[in-house]
Amino acid sequence: MAPFLFTFFSLFTIATAVGVVVNKNAVNAAMCLLLSLVGVAGLFVQLDAYLLAFILLLVYAGAVVALFLFIIMLLDTHDSKAQGLNKLSGVAPLAALGLLLAGVSTFVAKGKLATSDLLTVPAAGANLKLYAYQLFTTYLLPVQVIGFLLLIAMLGVIVLSKKHEGLDDTK
Amino acid sequence: MFDFFFQLHPVIQGLIKGLAVIMVIFPIAGACSMAERKVAAWIQDRPGPNRAIVPWVAWIPFVGKFLQRLGIFHVMADGGKMLFKEDSLPGHVNKFYFILAPIVAMIPALTTVTAVPFGAYLDAAGKVIPLGLAPLDIGMLAVFAVSSLGVYSAILAGWASNSKYPFLGSVRASAQLISYELSMTLAVVPVFLWVNAPGLPGTMGFARVVEFQSQPGFLGGMWFGFLMPVSAFIFLVALFAETNRQPFDTVESEADLVGSFHTEYGAFKWGLFFVAEYSHMLVGSGVFMLLFGGGWNPLPWVSLATAVEWLGHVIPFAHAPLFVGVLSIAIFLGKVLAMIFLFMWVRWTLPRFRYDQVMKIGWQKMLPLSIANLLFYAIAIAFLQK
Repeated sequence: MAPFLFTFFSLFTIATAVGVVVNKNAVNAAMCLLLSLVGVAGLFVQLDAYLLAFILLLVYAGAVVALFLFIIMLLDTHDSKAQGLNKLSGVAPLAALGLLLAGVSTFVAKGKLATSDLLTVPAAGANLKLYAYQLFTTYLLPVQVIGFLLLIAMLGVIVLSKKHEGLDDTK
Repeated sequence: MFDFFFQLHPVIQGLIKGLAVIMVIFPIAGACSMAERKVAAWIQDRPGPNRAIVPWVAWIPFVGKFLQRLGIFHVMADGGKMLFKEDSLPGHVNKFYFILAPIVAMIPALTTVTAVPFGAYLDAAGKVIPLGLAPLDIGMLAVFAVSSLGVYSAILAGWASNSKYPFLGSVRASAQLISYELSMTLAVVPVFLWVNAPGLPGTMGFARVVEFQSQPGFLGGMWFGFLMPVSAFIFLVALFAETNRQPFDTVESEADLVGSFHTEYGAFKWGLFFVAEYSHMLVGSGVFMLLFGGGWNPLPWVSLATAVEWLGHVIPFAHAPLFVGVLSIAIFLGKVLAMIFLFMWVRWTLPRFRYDQVMKIGWQKMLPLSIANLLFYAIAIAFLQK
């Protein structure tokens, strides 16, 4: 059952990810992104990383893509012509492919996905207490930095959306 | 007796269990629509639906008349109408997403049930074993994650309908759902801070929450609704907003939006939206009862195990797992239906908020209140569980 589910979710994720890039209709692309996220969540579940899977669904699928769709529908991109692929958009996937190959070949060349390390991976993802403990000890600085970045983004939105009434340049 | 069931393939076992739960939820959701009309009638002092009757039931002397007055055959009449009415597809819609939207409404509504335990039985050692489809360690997060996908049905339906009022409705729906998710999530955090006491393995599951509400002693047997009234209140208000019920009914306020995102829908597709709404209410009420209402414990300070012990003096087979299981499910279902009645009671009592008021309450009242509540309980729990 497990190999079948892995194959299914992998193919599903890749197919929908391709759909995000290829679709000219922005709404279709956003829906493909949503399905792709669901596929990744399915892969996480198979790694016993339930927390990651459901956080992914809750934050990205539940809120972020919903806001994407919201914006796409508000802007109503029906009539604007979607740009086709140009030379520059051919370079990006090639660069990504190169990076992917480099990453995979490094793993293969080193030849050790050390077995003992691999065994601890599901434990760290499945046990909530361990996960929280690591967030508040080992990874405290990254968490704080990301929180600070989000705060800056939020302040930026507040400043941008505030109505500057009475200023000369708004008239 | 059940040996043949456990010999089946696990996937088939899971399918059978899932179907059994859906076969309970679907008719209850349908019956709720009927109860809504009847409760509305009682509150407004009129008889309500009391005409439809199957001919051969009418021949039974008193019972037939009683059932007709009760209006239970209107469920069948309504259901039949929804199934056999012409399912029109307006010409100006995006057909794919128009048909997809009601299906997307049903899937999260029914999927959330998997993470919600709905009963318990006592094993040979007297330990309480919860009954549920999937005993997930992160039950609460799973419910939040899957139910947050429900917003897509509103967005897609409104956009695919390709007309003004549905679109306005779906914009309101997505803004409202995302706004109230925040305070809802923050409101349940104190509960899980309390049940993740030092020395216990970490969990976000419901089983531990109910276990903590069924311990001996004054504080142990206290339902979290009494222990954390502000959390319970915030969760309840957010639940009303998340399920688009009055007084947060701005999403489908008939007065200014005709029928909101399902204006263009009819027949069975509209029925699916309707059943999905009631399924959301059922699951939401179930989660509320697990978190703040003691789950399957019959009364505050009276746990299921104690009740079964008392019953053991009267009924000889009271300790049988089957009896305890059915009893606990009946208690839990009774509580959930009481919550559904509360939903209806509020609907016919309070007037609808304006849209700007909904946003103001969500961001300026509920969110600060839930953050203050979280801070208070975080400090209090840190002192109590030192």
